[in-house]
Amino acid sequence: MGGYWLTGLVFIPLLGAFFVLLQSEERALWRAAFIFSLLPLAISLYLLFAFRSGDAGYQFVERYPWIPGFGISYHLGMDGISLFLVVLTTLLVSLCLLYSGGGDIAQRPREFCFFMFVLETGLLGALLALDLFLFYVFWELMLIPMYFLIGIWGHGRKIYAAFKFVLFTMFGSILMLVAILYLVHIGHQALGRVTFDLADLLGVTVGKTPARWLFAAFALAFAVKVPMWPVHTWLPDAHTEAPTAGSVILAGVMLKMGAYGFLRFAIPLFPVAAIEATPFFMALAVVGIIYGALVAMVQPDLKRLVAYSSVSHLGFVMLGIFALNPQGVEGAVYQMLNHGLSTGGLFLLVGMIYLRRHTREIAEFGGLWSRLPVFAAIFMVVMLSSIGLPGLNGFVGEFLIMFGTFLHTWQAAAVAVLGIVFGALYMLWTYERVMFGPITKKINETLSDLGAREIAVMVPLIVLMVVMGLYPRPLISRMAPSVDALLARVRTAEQRANTPSGAKLVASLEPSRSHGPR
Amino acid sequence: MNHFNPGALDILWLPLVPLIVVAVGAVVVLLAGVRVSDDDSEGLGWIALAFLGAALLFTLPLIGQSSSTAFAGAIAIDNYAAYFEITVILTAAVTVLMSLEYAPDFRLAGAEYYSLLLFAALGMMLMAAAGDLIVIFLGLETMSIAVYVLSGLMRQDPRSNEAAMKYFVLGAFSTGFLLYGIALVYGATDTIKLGPIAAALAGAKGGSPLLLAGLGLLLVGFGFKVAAVPFHMWTPDVYEGAPTPVTAFMAVGIKLGAFAAFLRIFLVYFGAAATHWNQVLWVIAALTMTTGNLVALVQGNIKRMLAYSAIAHAGYVLVGMTAAGAQAGSAVLFYLLAYAFTNLGAFSVVAALERRGERRDAIADYRGLALSHPGLAALMVVFLLSLTGVPPLAGFVGKFYVFSAALNAGYVWLTIIAVLNSVVSAYYYLSVVVVMYMTEGEARPIAVQAQPGMVAALALSLIGTVMIGVYPGPYMGAASSAFKSALSHTQVSSRQLKLRG
Repeated sequence: MGGYWLTGLVFIPLLGAFFVLLQSEERALWRAAFIFSLLPLAISLYLLFAFRSGDAGYQFVERYPWIPGFGISYHLGMDGISLFLVVLTTLLVSLCLLYSGGGDIAQRPREFCFFMFVLETGLLGALLALDLFLFYVFWELMLIPMYFLIGIWGHGRKIYAAFKFVLFTMFGSILMLVAILYLVHIGHQALGRVTFDLADLLGVTVGKTPARWLFAAFALAFAVKVPMWPVHTWLPDAHTEAPTAGSVILAGVMLKMGAYGFLRFAIPLFPVAAIEATPFFMALAVVGIIYGALVAMVQPDLKRLVAYSSVSHLGFVMLGIFALNPQGVEGAVYQMLNHGLSTGGLFLLVGMIYLRRHTREIAEFGGLWSRLPVFAAIFMVVMLSSIGLPGLNGFVGEFLIMFGTFLHTWQAAAVAVLGIVFGALYMLWTYERVMFGPITKKINETLSDLGAREIAVMVPLIVLMVVMGLYPRPLISRMAPSVDALLARVRTAEQRANTPSGAKLVASLEPSRSHGPR
Repeated sequence: MNHFNPGALDILWLPLVPLIVVAVGAVVVLLAGVRVSDDDSEGLGWIALAFLGAALLFTLPLIGQSSSTAFAGAIAIDNYAAYFEITVILTAAVTVLMSLEYAPDFRLAGAEYYSLLLFAALGMMLMAAAGDLIVIFLGLETMSIAVYVLSGLMRQDPRSNEAAMKYFVLGAFSTGFLLYGIALVYGATDTIKLGPIAAALAGAKGGSPLLLAGLGLLLVGFGFKVAAVPFHMWTPDVYEGAPTPVTAFMAVGIKLGAFAAFLRIFLVYFGAAATHWNQVLWVIAALTMTTGNLVALVQGNIKRMLAYSAIAHAGYVLVGMTAAGAQAGSAVLFYLLAYAFTNLGAFSVVAALERRGERRDAIADYRGLALSHPGLAALMVVFLLSLTGVPPLAGFVGKFYVFSAALNAGYVWLTIIAVLNSVVSAYYYLSVVVVMYMTEGEARPIAVQAQPGMVAALALSLIGTVMIGVYPGPYMGAASSAFKSALSHTQVSSRQLKLRG
């Protein structure tokens, strides 16, 4: 037991949500919101240092009965996989609030801050929940504020985008709810009691066929969120139409929820089914990498380009996860953080230029380097981090993923490498078109460079990119034990399923089929 | 043969006191309202509220008593009856609260209005406490006749007239089915008591065509009252035409009363013989959910939309019924409670926006509500999200409980149909949110003042919706103990049968 750190972390933003509703004056509101958002950031940074790095288990655990009749408890805990995602979340929310106060959100700022804080509670809760019911509650909770963020403060076809986002995600997650209930049903037969606790359910051996179906349901929910090709189609719309802060949170944190779900729930709960499905998911990931990169290349709209690059980058993350070896999975977790920083940064930069020009068409720009040197320099660093230049964070993640994938299936790595090449290609080409050459449009000559607030937003991201690129050890050492424990679990389950006696054991544990599906 | 035996007439007044209080209240309101003009009916509402409060107080001692019967089995005394009576009383109270300003505003005849509301509540409570088919029928008729009149109370409004007419004609028709069903069951089993009928169903007579035909007709009768597809045709027109508080009362109260009796007959007493009826219910449940949700997608009027949503929700309840068994019973009871608060809340918002001579029930009327009335818009969002089944609100936990029961009973496909329906429903509920929050401009301007009655109705609904969602344990416990107390009747009667045999 470790005090109430995690509860504080999850629910302080919710307090903040109601606190900002009390603010009436706009400047005070933004200041209050930003300062309030520093509280969870401070807690998460404290946890980063208080975290025992050799420990594979959950830390700062809190557990209280919630709905005893169903064996549902309020169970929070943090391990090396969720730790950094939590820090990323609190950091990005703070930066988004800081950025949005600078004129990006002109209408209804109070509601905007309200929904940002509710969203933060949902995200942090989903990252820390160790009870499947509690996880599902937070998982669904984060949909609603994002729906409002896109629908109210978005651009263009915002309502279409908001609906598409909600319906896609809900479709996936509601089938996961059925899977959770069915898993609990199997757990009830095996354990003799109803429980939604992840630790308890990890001890249940699910029969081969049900495990396949349940894994499929969980995987669908998470794959929509990641998003994997071909269920990615909500992403370009949602990302493009969302306000800048919405895009940053969406790309920076929410997409990671899908990958995190695979690591926390889908793979540990159904390891054998996950191994069986590996070729399938690797293929989808590779297709996503190539497809995302190729489509990004031809986008005339900067934001859409970044959105499609997310499809490509998240493909790498999924590739690393399904390599199911330490290099691959650690690389995947690392790459999740990288993508949060670099894509979050890119969306912020696109937002900044949009605020100045009210367009995101690449063709409208050109020669910005001379007028906006600071902007161009920052853009350069963020872009290089996104490409994976050695010395910056992206390289570490991509290298580990490619290494892990190569060890697992070298063919997948060979094709995925093309994605890295394409990535460099479209990013540099875009940079060239936007920044270099002569200024073709008169209006671009009048643009002003980044202000102090905008630089303040970008500096933490740049610093982290450099630090994580040069010195990944502290992060890897904290996540490694948890990753190893996860992989050990997968290996054990695989061996048990492969040995003949083990297979028999699994078969005998198959739930009684007296009530087959009707 | 069960000949009438005066010695067996065990008269116990205590369980009837809440019903008597409500009946007396109805008469008092009617008499007190003789000289009250329609513009000034608020006082009558407070009288009605006082009687409902008293009835609630008298219901409380009934909780936790061991299950028994009174009046030769005609009245059941158990937590099940108490559970539904309390829910019905709360529903009626919220309806009265939202009518305090609405009724004078729309010039509804105050005395008749509140009196009929109480009579309808009396009918619902009677259905909850009924121990045999005749009392169920009495309760159903008391409820229905009162509501037929209530739905037509806006005499100047053709839509209200149409609602009353449609509801009456179709309602009478369905009552015929129910009565015919009762007659056939009596013909097959020589009794109107549920215990012996259940025994006959489980025994050699289970396959008798007469009995099964009777059951089928009962199913049709109840299907009409709970608005299950294909007996739902009346719902949208009646919901749209009736005064909004009456619509709320219909959407919640009638479902409570009808399901109370429906569940007691089928789930409690005939639960052991579920194979006789739950295949049919499977199909009805799937049809009801799917039709309700799909047709709700294209509605432009919020009351019609909520009508189809109510149909869909009846479908979810039927999913729980199909599963049969103790867990399913508790789940369904819990679901009805969650549904009651949520739906009352949604209709309260609709009623709050309506003013005399101007119905504002087109969804387009909600445009820009988030800017003009942020509080009402936010409340509407909460209720709509609860109806969608978004955690951590009551509607989510209700669905969770029902689907869990259905899965545990092995109904995987029915559950999948149900959850996919939930996704469909998200579209039309969220469409209202789009109109309120994300559409530019404002509909016809309207100034809604915070009226005490309406505020109280909204507050009660909100508290219920959030509290049941965030901390559902106690309510799940209440639902489960209610259902078990009803089940214990069947064990007593089967033991008696064994002793006699």
